Amino acid sequence: MTVTPARAAGAVLLALIALAPLVPMAGMKQYVLHVVIQIFVWSFIGQAWSLMGRFGLVSLGHGAFLGVGAYAVVLLWNFYGLTPWVGGAAAIALSVVVALVVAYPCSRFGIIGHYFALVTLAVGEVVRLLIIAERDWTGGSLGVTLKAASDASLVAMQYADKRVWYYAGLGLWLFGLWVWARLDRSMARAAMEAIGEDETAAACVGVRVTRFKLRITVLSAALTALGGIAYAQYITYVNPETLAGIGVSLRIVFAVVLGGMYSLLGPTVGTALTIALSEWLRIVFGVKFIGMAETIYGLLLVIFIIFLPAGIYGSLAALVRRRRPAPVPATA
Amino acid sequence: MSMLELRTVTAGYGQFTALWDVSLAVERGEAVAVVGPNGAGKTTLLRVISGVIPPRHGDLVFEGASLAGRPAHEVVAHGIAHVPEGRRLFPKLTVAENLKMGAFLPRARKAYRESLERVSALFPALAERQKQRAGSLSGGEQQMLAIGRALMSRPQLILFDEPSMGLAPVMVLRLFDLIRRVREEGYTMLIVEQNVRQVLKLVDRAYLLEVGRVRMEGRAAELSEQDFVRKAYVGL
Repeated sequence: MTVTPARAAGAVLLALIALAPLVPMAGMKQYVLHVVIQIFVWSFIGQAWSLMGRFGLVSLGHGAFLGVGAYAVVLLWNFYGLTPWVGGAAAIALSVVVALVVAYPCSRFGIIGHYFALVTLAVGEVVRLLIIAERDWTGGSLGVTLKAASDASLVAMQYADKRVWYYAGLGLWLFGLWVWARLDRSMARAAMEAIGEDETAAACVGVRVTRFKLRITVLSAALTALGGIAYAQYITYVNPETLAGIGVSLRIVFAVVLGGMYSLLGPTVGTALTIALSEWLRIVFGVKFIGMAETIYGLLLVIFIIFLPAGIYGSLAALVRRRRPAPVPATA
Repeated sequence: MSMLELRTVTAGYGQFTALWDVSLAVERGEAVAVVGPNGAGKTTLLRVISGVIPPRHGDLVFEGASLAGRPAHEVVAHGIAHVPEGRRLFPKLTVAENLKMGAFLPRARKAYRESLERVSALFPALAERQKQRAGSLSGGEQQMLAIGRALMSRPQLILFDEPSMGLAPVMVLRLFDLIRRVREEGYTMLIVEQNVRQVLKLVDRAYLLEVGRVRMEGRAAELSEQDFVRKAYVGL
């Protein structure tokens, strides 16, 4: 591998990120680590979403997969004492089933574009409402707390030390980047791009449209569920509002659109900015302007979709490169 | 043995039957047209061949293998390329990327460079526009690209679905020139077309389809001499 300035910068940045928990930050340390862990986990979820989004499979219901993943792992632990390593696998499998139940009929009957987005919007809500309705074991809208293990342990995947979660989050984020980059170099990307442009034309050149769409949807759902699991294990509390439904689903989409869904680091940049924004608003306004963050998100989203469809990072990267024009997103 | 043979194919959508007992054959090296008015079942016929809908009865045999009801990607893999109605390019991809997609299946991918040279030799205008987006090409160039993309899959047989649909009369003439160039390369083709007059000048044989049945078939020259065809379709 040749050493280019970009690669060198990336390596230095990565080393700094890896060493950050060792820097003494006095009283701020726990808070800083907490914010960065959130950025890692939500960036990973954003990457998972963009695997579909970049090919015009715009899902407004990824909260469904988050919720299924997070609740399944927490409930299996609380009720059956099943270690999250096994429970997590079950949770991911469950979210894959949900993804197939939604995506297969959509793919089969040609529900694409805006219509697909609307279907997924409903799915996210259905999962949220189910969680609220099944209050006997999900805790309803009050949420449910992960039963604490006797002490920090690998089996329970519970650690009070934020440094452990920092590195786990870092690993998750790097894994997401790796998946994204691998897909980007594969034939599946060419196939999905063709499908995103015109399904009939893609079928004409021999692309198995349904199969590719299902595969990418399953991959995206499984990774999203994994993100939900990681989040639940870190926060040790799950709640239908933060892990299912329209709110969280749209926040994922917003972060990715803001950063840029066509580039490797776009979801990360977008997530970091949105989390920083909401933290800042929370610190500056406290509880005075509830809903302010959402209002600003909404305004920015409209502005970005109109003026910077490739997102902040995507547009900057395109400016630097100028070799290939930044792709224009599907109008979904 | 014919390259492609449809044996008493009946097909339709739900309750509706669009094709009744249609039999048709294309020999290797031949250019065959299926002509007929709107609603005759021409597009349904192509959909059956390219695997979009399965035939209800009858068989579809290509190079000795039954393809009836096989999915579209298998049909392409067997060597049947499809130039769809309305061209159906990937507008935001470049010319080069569109051609590359044409060679998507493994067998075609292996011969990608060779195919590309062949297409570039056939349509030099495309070679000059490699990096341009397909959506920004002129109508004629888009038509070239649609045909070029089909050729990239290394087909034995090329299906053209209403190639002249929606083109201005002057463009129609150019289009048929393009198809003639492909024809001179020795490709076997089946063209579904409403422009009976032009297409009969190009092909060896033709079938006349009316309300889902084969009304007439024969040498192109003979068909265009038939009083019935001349009056109803050629407009003389």
